[in-house]
Order: sequence, then structure tokens, then C-alpha cells
Amino acid sequence: MRAFDYLRASDVETAQSSGSKPDARFIAGGTTLVDLLRLNVERPALLVDLARLPWSTLEPVANGVRIGALLKNTELAYHPLVVRDYAVLSQALLAGASPQIRNMASVGGNLLQRTRCSYFRDVAVEACNKRSPGSGCAAREGYSRAHAVLGGSPHCIAVNPSDMCVALAALEATIELQGPRGSRHVAIADFHTLPGDHPEIESVLEPGELVTSVLLPATTAGRQSAYVKARDRASFAFALASAAVVLDLDGKQIRRARVALGGVATKPWRCPETENALVGKSVSATTFAEAASHAASGAVATNDNRFKIRLAERVVAQALAVAAGTA
Amino acid sequence: MSAPLVGQGVDRVDARLKVTGKARYAAEVPVANVVYAVIVTSGIARGRIAQLDLSRARSVPGVLEILSHENAPQLPGAKVKQEGVDRVLQLLQDPSVLYADQPIAVAIADTLERAQEAAALVTATYGTETAALDMPALLPKAYEAKSAGPRGAASSSRGDIAAALKAAPVSIEQTYTTPVQNHHPMEMHGLTVVWQGSDHLTLYDTSQGIFGVRKKVSTVFGIPPENVRVISHYVGGGFGSKGSPWSHVVLCAMAARAVGRAVRLVLTRQQMCSLVGHRPQTVQKLLLAAQKDGTLSAIRHTTYSETSSFDEFVEPSGVQSRMLYACPNVQTSHHLVRLDVPTPTFMRAPGESSGTFALESAMDELAYALKMDPIAFRLKNYAERDPHEDKPWSSKSLRECYRRAADRFGWQKRKLEPRTMREGNLLVGWGMATATYPARQSGSSARVRLNQDGSLLVQAGSQDIGTGTYTILSQIAADVFALPLERVTVELGDTALPETPVSGGSQTASSTGSAVKHAALALRDDLIALALADAASPLHGAKPDEITVDSGALVHQSDASKRDGYASLLTRSGKPALERALKNEEKAARAQYSSHSFGAQLVEVHVDPDLGQVRVKRVVSAFAAGKILNAKTARSQFLGGIVWGIGFALFEHTVRDPRTGRVVTRDFADYHVPVHADIPELDVILVPEEDPYVNEVGAKGIGEIGITGSNAAVANAVWHATGRRVRDLPLTLDKLL
Repeated sequence: MRAFDYLRASDVETAQSSGSKPDARFIAGGTTLVDLLRLNVERPALLVDLARLPWSTLEPVANGVRIGALLKNTELAYHPLVVRDYAVLSQALLAGASPQIRNMASVGGNLLQRTRCSYFRDVAVEACNKRSPGSGCAAREGYSRAHAVLGGSPHCIAVNPSDMCVALAALEATIELQGPRGSRHVAIADFHTLPGDHPEIESVLEPGELVTSVLLPATTAGRQSAYVKARDRASFAFALASAAVVLDLDGKQIRRARVALGGVATKPWRCPETENALVGKSVSATTFAEAASHAASGAVATNDNRFKIRLAERVVAQALAVAAGTA
Repeated sequence: MSAPLVGQGVDRVDARLKVTGKARYAAEVPVANVVYAVIVTSGIARGRIAQLDLSRARSVPGVLEILSHENAPQLPGAKVKQEGVDRVLQLLQDPSVLYADQPIAVAIADTLERAQEAAALVTATYGTETAALDMPALLPKAYEAKSAGPRGAASSSRGDIAAALKAAPVSIEQTYTTPVQNHHPMEMHGLTVVWQGSDHLTLYDTSQGIFGVRKKVSTVFGIPPENVRVISHYVGGGFGSKGSPWSHVVLCAMAARAVGRAVRLVLTRQQMCSLVGHRPQTVQKLLLAAQKDGTLSAIRHTTYSETSSFDEFVEPSGVQSRMLYACPNVQTSHHLVRLDVPTPTFMRAPGESSGTFALESAMDELAYALKMDPIAFRLKNYAERDPHEDKPWSSKSLRECYRRAADRFGWQKRKLEPRTMREGNLLVGWGMATATYPARQSGSSARVRLNQDGSLLVQAGSQDIGTGTYTILSQIAADVFALPLERVTVELGDTALPETPVSGGSQTASSTGSAVKHAALALRDDLIALALADAASPLHGAKPDEITVDSGALVHQSDASKRDGYASLLTRSGKPALERALKNEEKAARAQYSSHSFGAQLVEVHVDPDLGQVRVKRVVSAFAAGKILNAKTARSQFLGGIVWGIGFALFEHTVRDPRTGRVVTRDFADYHVPVHADIPELDVILVPEEDPYVNEVGAKGIGEIGITGSNAAVANAVWHATGRRVRDLPLTLDKLL
């Protein structure tokens, strides 16, 4: 790998001024970046380590919960407040990676984790618009079993691999950012960008801007939530399709539902048609199956990943049933 | 008399060294002044290197040399292909590219990181040719293999298939496919090479066959074999990929010679996909026919497997179909399809693993067509002697394996019809298959020395590939002298020690275990002769057959008060040690018998009917493999084999890009092997079996049989759960949706 300088930032200003240089990368847990360094996908001249910044706490706030961006995935997953009020988030985190990786991975890093597209990760493959803008996409005509059926463009069909983000999408989290020009809040739905003509851009983060925390709205619906993940083996595998579901129930009646998909899209994917189809309906397998049939609407498959459309519908139906307690 | 150590589940003698990190592996052997080499591989699957740009790579600080076809020395034996497990290597001798990720350069630098950076900065342009990569499309170009390698003839025929088919009321004909797989041992291939002058060298390699490495290196460099020393004290798994010397071994020696320094080279996990062999993909066509009562009347097993454009390896998937069941009409054949891919190689149970998937799936299909229980169907066709070799078995306890595994599993409660068992929302399926693997023995040698202090030293070249060879050889030798384990030292993994065969084919216990036993017995005879001839010995004048051993002493059988301790006997004799070295040939009695291990594998799976996810919930397996030398390490071998079978059935799949031939599943996030959550309680029953004919130690080999049949048992269980027959592995959820 390329030799690089390493800076452990002692305060936010240092982090931002060093980290906004074009050849610099922020590092927190390193569970994505170190891989990519070793693969020569990332070749920074400077690593700015954020570990000392004071963003590792979870605290209740007026309208919900604020989660520090440097909190480890393990701490978040087992936090009693999260386990009770935001079960879907705890379940999603624990469905991801392995205990060792969760012990290292931060919330902010998970938000920004890079795709597992093998063409992106193999620098001997020339065509990758995400790695090398304008070079093409090797996946579209290549081996694309794991690739996206939703949110792709002619230039990229790489999946966003996060489990956590799917839960955050269903919980309608807000991301708090701090940049050289001040702080701002971005809804999770607006945080990740679609590949479109620029797959190399994956979020609205600007140079030097940092995720400082994730805000979860106060809700009781989180207690009726579930994450269901279909994958090739029982553990330590990325989702082929996953669903996060948060139900607001009035007895057997669905007041409101929030549904998001993972493993099938280029970003955490909300399913408004499914959500709408559930409003006002009674909890039943038929209701869930009908609503789930809209989950992947607009999907475009390759030769290898057509199964993901049906799988997405089925994880949604199953997650709805689990959340409603009828599974 | 103390109880024999052989058979007991004693702990590994090297366990403490391994868990404390004191066991040094090939790439961590401390060597002075060592530098690092990193291989650069090709970006295309077929063509020629048009231009190499090394300027950026050479400018990396600390770079000592970049070897490529432009400056690498021409080696006298670079293209020589030897017998046996030897492979044709790519050693920078010319600009041709024969497969994706082939070695095209080697960067050597003073640190690993600088060598890696230099390697990353080598750029090549190619004259690219169209690569042949699509095996199914190229099946019409398949040619019949010349042989099935160590498994004998490529084809076999007995009886009259056509006539049998005409007469058979029930038959099935199906195609089964298995994918490319990589061995991926935990320890990646790597070595450290030190030249002593221009024509002597030492290789600290991780190898299943150090004598093969010695032969290859001496041939390639044109130097005498005795000038090449290969040391492999510990091996972190091999599974066949470390059975042959591959290109990186010679490239590391070339690098060390080029820079005049010791050089260390370790493959990356990604390079493990192309540089050290793989299990080839197979297409297997099975035709089975039976009478209404379940009597098999025909088996035809036609195997197609891929090989490279420049070398041959045959996956002998049809061999077990020749002998596993009593059937009068059997045809098997093996065919190869040339692709622009690396040369495949032996991978744990080559042939039987992929072959039992096909045969045992087909047997399951035919059993159902006959409305017979799958075990009853197999018992109906039980082979009382080897129908292929037309010889009696040296031992066979398969009937007992079926019975004990079925009892433990509760098989009698199984329903014949599929999709009839449930647990909650999940579909439950029970499947089974027969396991089999031949009991091999090769000539081997060993040296045993009794020291004056009464301790024993055992030496053999043989490598311990993680199976417990150090331990079982200690047990065998200790028993011959009635010594406790701690009085025995075993030294292995060095070509300076007596020559032994490759640690492959489940033959080490049988071959080198027998050599050690033989040498130890001969040494004990020498010791007895020494005592009887010694006037000062209490045993003086007794007859040799009146003498036995007990607790470190020779003892008169009918008068235990007459005993002579090894230490006092040797001290009196003035000899510092007594030593015996010998070469042991295959046991002659074997020739009249056919020798195989057998087993029964019973599996329960749960399948999510909506998501298609398969989880193995329970495995009960019974194996009869001759004498079990160490109940603990043997169990580990069976367990490991079964886990491999589960991985074979459900996960393992090396995927190549259809256009470039590059492996897409380059790491463990994409190449799935079972994790703990995929492995339920595995219940292994060791069926006791005495085999007086197979070899001196009576062991039939246990390293590979666990993977045979287990893949089919999982697939058969999935069929039983779902009614869906998947004939194309791995059995991923998309095939069940």
C-alpha cells in the first residue's frame, strides 16, 4: 500500500482542517477503510483518526435519542434504550458483520460504509465508475448476483451493504453534520445519494464535513419493529435482501407503517407504496402479503439478481409479521 | 502393563506450541537479513504481455529488484513436468498469459510494505486473445481423459448397460453440477528461501509434500536434489493445495538468488484463488436403473471436468460409482474440457466428494421413484465384495454404520413423502448418503532411536498438516516400547529426515504410521538381542519371544522380576543410542483385498419456505475406518470433513467473471465457508473395526471420508423438506425461491 501520514485529531477543528485536504481520509473504526487501503482501492496520503473526538455517547434528548457518531456498533446494539424502544435498530446491528467487527465499527463509519461490489474492490478491473469516474461499470454485464435491483443507474448498480442504515431509514433518523461552514441536519432519506451519473458520490457530505451524531425521533412504534435479513449463511454475510419495519398499531389496526429495504438497492430504500397499502388495514397475513408485493416496485434486474425482487417482497412480509407479533 | 496409547484420545503433543504461538510456520521462521517478495499477476486470461512499465515500481524506496520475463533467468527445468502431483508452472520464462491472475512479475524490497507498493505500481499492457471460459458451452469439445490419475483408468465398463436399461422398469437420468472451489487453508501459502552459495538452498515452505518440492526445485534449477533442503515443521491446513509445488515456490527461490538475500514470500488471500489450484467444476451425467424390488441393474456415471490449456488434472468423480453398490452393469468415464484457467488440483476427497454428490443424489431420486426408504434401498444393493476389482473387502462395516447412525438419528420416524414434516413455519427434511474413501498406503520410511537415557526419538520426513501426525506417531512408537508419551519425541517436516510420501489421500497414518511401527519393532528386536547377549542382563540366555516390554524396560513374560531397563541396558552396552531406519513397502496382503473406509451420513435441515434459507440442524454420521489411532484427532478429522460437506452443499463457490476469467469471489466476504452459526451439533459415531490386511497399524484413513456423501445428504434433506430437487451446487436460497 502507499505510505501515508497519520494524524490523531485532538479536536474537531484540527480534524476538519486536515481532513478537508483532497488526499486525506477520516478514519474511525477502520473496518471499511483498512480493507480498502490494503486492496489499493483507497490510496490516501493522510489518515485523520477521529477516535479522540467526544462523540461516543448515547443520550436521551427532548425529542428522542442522540447517538454519538463514534459510538461502537456493539454498544449501540446492546444499549437498553435501543433494545427496548428501537428494537429494529438493535436487531439490524446484530444481524451485521461479526462481534469483532461490531466492536470496532462506529455509527458514523457504518453510515458511510462502502459497497461490497467485487469489481469496486479489485483494482485490476478497470471499469468502475465509483472508483474511477467515467471508466464504466464491470458489474452490469459481469457477475451481479449480489447487486442492486433498485436505485441503480447505467453507471452503477452497487449495493449499499449496511444493515444499520436500513433500520435508521425505517426509524426516520436524522443525521447531524458539522462542517467547516457550520452544522446542519439531514434526514436519513436525503443523506445517501443515488449513483445516477456520479456513482463516486455516495452521500451529501462535503469535504471536511463530519457526521457528529444520529438523532432518533421519540416513538413508541419502535417497540413494534423488526429486522429480517435473508443471506447466504446463518451469520457473517451481507444481506441478499433485508427489511426493517416499524409499525404504529392501534390494536389490530395499522395507523402507520414504515418499511425499508436493504441488500437490494444502491441506498437504504424506503418503500412508500408498501407503507401506504398498510395504512388503516388490519393486521393479517393477507394484508402483509399484498402490501409487500409493492415493496420492490420499479425494480430492474440483471440476469443474476432477478431473485432479489421476490426475496425483497418476502422479507418485507416476514418482517411485518414479526413486528406485528403474528409470525 | 499400562494401557496402550494407540486408540486413546490423547491431546495433541504440539497443542501447547500452537496455542502459545511457539510453533513457527514457514513465513515466520526467523532468518537473518531477510527481504520480501510480492507477486504481480496478470489482468487478462489469455494473450501476451505487450509491454511492462516498471519505472514507477522501481522508484519505490527500498526496492531491490523487479523480476519479469524481460530479465528473469532462463531455467533449465522450467517446463519439465514430472510424474504424480507435479504441475506445469509459470516462471516468468516468456510473455505468454495462460490464465487470469497468472504471475507476470515479482517485486522484491527491503520491507513487505515497499514490496507490496512496488508490485501495485507495475503496469502491463497486453495483446489480449479471446479466452475459453464457459465450460457448459464447451462440453461438445470435451475429450476423454487418459487416466483418472492415481485412481486408475479413466473409464470402466462391466456388464451390458443397454440390455439392462431395456429390461429395467424404473430408471432416472439426470445431470448434476458442482462448482469451482478453492481450498483456502487458514495459513496462506508462503515460504522463506535461503541460498547457501550458488547451488545449495533451504526452503522453509508450508507443504504437504516436501520431497516433491525438493524434486521440483532441483529439477527447475538443474541442481542435485541433495543440495535442496525443504523444511515444513507446521502446516496451517492444506487440503490438497499444498500437495504440489506451485509457481510461487520457485519464484521465491528465483528472487532470493537474484538479490543474493534470504527472501520471504506469502500469497495474498486473493492470490490463493489462482496460484495454488482449485477443485474443478464438474458436469456429471448419471443414469441409474433398477428392478421393481429395488435391485440396481445399471449405473452409468459420465464426468466432465475443466482443466487448464497447458496441463491436465482429472477430477475422478466416477470412481466410487464403480464399487459402492452391487450392480452388474456399470459404466464410468471421465472427460476434460480445456479452459483458459489455472490448473485444478486435488482438493479434499478429489473425486469422491463431487462424485458422491452426484451418485448419492441420484440414488435418493431412484429410491423415491421406487417408493423405498433410502437406507433400505442401499441395503438392498449392499456390495458384499468389491464388484469393480472383484475382490473381497479387507474389512467393511457399512451395514453397521447405517444401523447405528439411523438408530441414533431416529430415522425410522422419517416419512417417505417430501414436504411432510414441519417445525413451526419451517419445513423439515431428513436426508442421507453413503460415505466412502479408499484406504491407501504408499511406501514410506522412518528412523527410530532409543537414547541412552531410555527416551525415544522418531524421525520421518512427513509433514503434519494439522491432522495430528506428530501425536499419532508418538503414540505408535510409545506403545512399541511401553513408554509414556512424554518420553517420545517426534521430528517431522524436513527432507534431511527419512523420505516419506505426500500427506494426501488420507494415507499418512497408514504409510508413515506403518513405517514408524515397523522401524520401532525392528529396533525393539535389536534391543532384545542386545539384552539376551549381555551376561550382565537379568534376561541373559532367555529366548527372544519370551521377552516383552513394560514401563521402559524389557521384561521376561513368565517372570516379571526379570527385567532390564532400557537406560541401564544401553549404559552397560556403552552405546550412546540404538537406532533403526527402514523403508517400509505397502503391505503385501493388501493386494488380495480391496480396502475402503465407509460411513453413513444423516442430516436434518430446516428450510424457510418463504425465504429459501437452508439451515442444517442436525448431523449424525457413523464411520468405520479401521483402527482409530487417536479418538480425539480422528473425531476432529470427521467433524472437519462434515463441515466441508455442508460448505460444499450450501456455500462454497469460486465465481469467475464470464468475460475476463478473474475470480470475483476473492475474499471471505464473497467466498462463503460455514461459520459457527451454520454448524449444529455434529454427532460422530466411530464404529469399531479391525482390519488385519490393510497395513501394519490397521488404520484406513480418516482425513477425507467426512466430506464424501455429506453434501448429498444435505441436498437430499432439502429435497425431503421442500420437494425441490436441486442438482446444481451450491444450494443457495435463490434456487429454492
